[in-house]
Amino acid sequence: MSVTELPRLRAAPVEPVIRQRASSRTLGLLGCALAVAVLCFLNLAIGARVTPLGAVWDAIFHYDQADTDHLVIRELRLPRTILGVLVGAALGMAGAVMQGVTRNPLADPGILGVNAGASLLVVIGISAFGVTSILGYVWFAFAGAAVASVVVYSVAALGREGATPVKLALAGAALSAAFGAVTSAMLLLDQATFDQFRFWAVGSLSGRDMSIVVQIAPFLIAGCLLALCLGRVLNTLSLGEDVARGLGANVVLSRGVSAGAVVLLCGAATAACGPIGFVGLTIPHVARMIAGPDYRWVLPYSMVLAPILLLAADIIGRVVARPGELQVAIVTAFLGAPVFIALVRRKKLAEL
Amino acid sequence: MVLSDAPATRHTLSASELGLGYGDRQIVEDLTVDIPTGKVTVIIGANGCGKSTLLRGLARLLTPTHGAVLLDGRSISSIPSKQVAKVMGLLPQAPIAPEGITVADLVGRGRYPHQGWFRQWAPDDDRAVAEALTVTSTLELADRPIEEMSGGQRQRVWIAMALAQETDLLLLDEPTTYLDLSHQLEVLDLLTDLNRRRGTTVVIVMHDLNLACRYADHLIAMRDGRISAEGTPNEVITAEAMMEVFGLRSTIITDPVSKTPTIIPIGRHHCADDSDDETAVLSGEWSGETSS
Amino acid sequence: MTAVLTGRRPTRGAVRVEADTAGVEVVRRVRHRLRRRTVVVPLALLMFLLVMFCLALTVGDFPVSVQQVWLSLTGRGTRATDFIVHELRLPRAVIALAVGACFGLSGAIFQSMMRNPLASPDIIGITSGASAAAVIAILMLGLSGFAISAFAFAGALITALAIYLLAWKQGVAGYRLVLVGIGIAAMLGAIIDYLLTRAQIWDAQVALLWLTGSLNGASAAELRPLLLLMVIVVPLALWAGGALGGLQLGDDAATSIGVRVERSRLLLILIGVALASIATAAAGPVGFVAFVSGPIARRLTHGTGIALVPAALVGAAVVITADFVGQHLLPVQLPVGILTAAVGAPFLLYLLVRSNRIGHGG
Repeated sequence: MSVTELPRLRAAPVEPVIRQRASSRTLGLLGCALAVAVLCFLNLAIGARVTPLGAVWDAIFHYDQADTDHLVIRELRLPRTILGVLVGAALGMAGAVMQGVTRNPLADPGILGVNAGASLLVVIGISAFGVTSILGYVWFAFAGAAVASVVVYSVAALGREGATPVKLALAGAALSAAFGAVTSAMLLLDQATFDQFRFWAVGSLSGRDMSIVVQIAPFLIAGCLLALCLGRVLNTLSLGEDVARGLGANVVLSRGVSAGAVVLLCGAATAACGPIGFVGLTIPHVARMIAGPDYRWVLPYSMVLAPILLLAADIIGRVVARPGELQVAIVTAFLGAPVFIALVRRKKLAEL
Repeated sequence: MVLSDAPATRHTLSASELGLGYGDRQIVEDLTVDIPTGKVTVIIGANGCGKSTLLRGLARLLTPTHGAVLLDGRSISSIPSKQVAKVMGLLPQAPIAPEGITVADLVGRGRYPHQGWFRQWAPDDDRAVAEALTVTSTLELADRPIEEMSGGQRQRVWIAMALAQETDLLLLDEPTTYLDLSHQLEVLDLLTDLNRRRGTTVVIVMHDLNLACRYADHLIAMRDGRISAEGTPNEVITAEAMMEVFGLRSTIITDPVSKTPTIIPIGRHHCADDSDDETAVLSGEWSGETSS
Repeated sequence: MTAVLTGRRPTRGAVRVEADTAGVEVVRRVRHRLRRRTVVVPLALLMFLLVMFCLALTVGDFPVSVQQVWLSLTGRGTRATDFIVHELRLPRAVIALAVGACFGLSGAIFQSMMRNPLASPDIIGITSGASAAAVIAILMLGLSGFAISAFAFAGALITALAIYLLAWKQGVAGYRLVLVGIGIAAMLGAIIDYLLTRAQIWDAQVALLWLTGSLNGASAAELRPLLLLMVIVVPLALWAGGALGGLQLGDDAATSIGVRVERSRLLLILIGVALASIATAAAGPVGFVAFVSGPIARRLTHGTGIALVPAALVGAAVVITADFVGQHLLPVQLPVGILTAAVGAPFLLYLLVRSNRIGHGG
């Protein structure tokens, strides 16, 4: 008697359900990606002036240097759009990874000290080194983010249990506050520095040209790719250390690589555009509401949802305050928060 | 250490046309039950039949969608929670242990209903905690943090907390999970002691059918949110009932030690005449219909 | 031991009495060991606070001896020392202690209730409400002094109400309140950012000073309403905090020991908000105190789980020490909000690193 003759108990009904869930989530993901593409086009078209979509198409594919429309699109708007997509994706995923590693829904990438470190180094750059260009800020910010995160992670990893979620959260918050204190001190004592810094401190997509994009994009893209591979790792970590080890995961390595991804993503994003809060903290929650707690879906969804918010915020910021603009960090909060609150009210919250 | 022989005041617990649910899912529908006072009642049933939900409803953890839970004839939701807590204690299914708390401290939390702004901590509380720790064999763990406890030790500590409340009614949701057999017997024997000596009404939700038969004065079998059968173990436990409530093929014998019914389950393997049963399975008899 | 339990005939006499008292002794001993920590630590903190208080009153540009301070406090001082003590140093020192205690208490309450060390009034948006209101008052309305505090207090309360209303849906369950708070905090933060980038640099710097948390505006006028509010809210906090012991165990276990979960939670949230609002109105969002007091207090008192009074004392200690350091021990004068992080963070990190026992580190 062979095994195949035995009745297949209850296996059959489950398969189509799983397949259906996966395909509806894929559809959702594609839908969001399409939304991103549409917003990109709109971003390229809308600004102080509205350029017809035909001109946008031409500017990208049949570039004519003499045409002012094409110039505006290529030189001014294209960098913003690309940054909007990359930075948005980076922040969204960094937040998801951070919440996964710390198993804490209140964690945002900033608690690893990224924003605090970046700000501190930028302030030092302005006051001690006289940096004034955005490009200059970029590398100081990146360096600050990296150094701060390394310090936070090392401190959290001291002691017997290594960098447990609680210790990471506490160490990160403590060190961020400490760095922030030093930054505030320097700002209070040096008015000229504050005058310059207060504009960088509000994250913005403007004033960043293609050279910045080209320099920072590799880090953002590398970070995104790394983060996308962490889905399974984060799922395992979310079961708790004991279960994770039982399943054969190397917990220390998993945490380390995840933290590294966060630093890469958030550090590069903050370096490019200045600190943009809210995205990293809330987009993962929205992603979880749509896709459930499986990180293999939360990560891609975070990656496409965040740019939607960021690009929409950028467009609105430029429309509302013509001919000037409202920085993207400000509009993101004003746009995203009510939507987020509405979602929180409507859907049942999945804890993690 | 012996339990104090204080006689219990008789408190009655019952449910009248009770409906319980979560959100739009109705788990228990129109359930009327009288928990026999001063006896050990065990609720059994398959996974998802609503027995834990019923226990939580009885313990006022869930607000009924309709009907009422009656404590001493009054609707339990009309009685202040602290009053109820002096009379009814519960061992919940998934309690959270705060970080770093010691065993003695945790068990001490069970004295909350007897304390207040004007009555903080009295020698009586110490005695109750000590008693609870001793009878659950956790006294030597008193100053250790809860994180260091094994699953079984932790379970006994939570039971001790419920015991420290010193109530006349004790509801326990799966108190014997995580425990090895000797500790299971210890806990159940302890609950029997409470019942015999103090007249505590004990209601237990359990999975182990044979221990349930041994220890229960009154057995309630549930299925799909309703009571399928109720009565003494001898009355309730029959092969037909097992098939109806659990979808379980079985044969019933008498336990040689306690003279209560013992269920011998019949699965697909390890039957004395193996080949016969395999043919029975392959020919489709396994679909769940009664075949004995 | 077990043999005694299963027998149906109770054993009487000497054996029973011995077993009884032995058990009770163990429990009492454990409780006393615990009590030692719960009593010794607050006492030690009080001593520390007393020392810092004396230092705050005596040290300064015009040194005043302890004896002169005592004379002033009892109404027998000279006009000069009276002015320095009563108008300058006493209000500042008392407000420092009060603000620290309120923040510490508020943070400990939120962290215990949410069972999350990251839950502090800063993150859930209440202090942002106060800050936004204050920044509006400074940058758009040109107010100063007590008016800013009043605005900040109102801002905090309005924000708290808005958050509660938005999060309420047949009760406030778990994380909904916090998440709505985060959303609101983000919007208010955006308002603050916007105003800071649009204002003149001098005004912006005044706003920045308020935003870091400063006791420079501490005056006798502010003292009275602050203490009055505290006298009402702090005892309420300690009373309601009794339910925290049950809430910590999860909703089911809490209900079963008689805690009214929804009502207690609501009350505790209100009290936490009130404390944070009072403190922020008085001194601005003094960073970090609310967040760090609870964890430090818990690690100092070991394993009692909730340490409301120690948290309040730790908060007070952090603020008064930070203010002292910022005023007298540095080459430049810095506001208290900067130094609370400088003082609190290393201490917390030290405690984090040092605790190697399971359950205290992670």
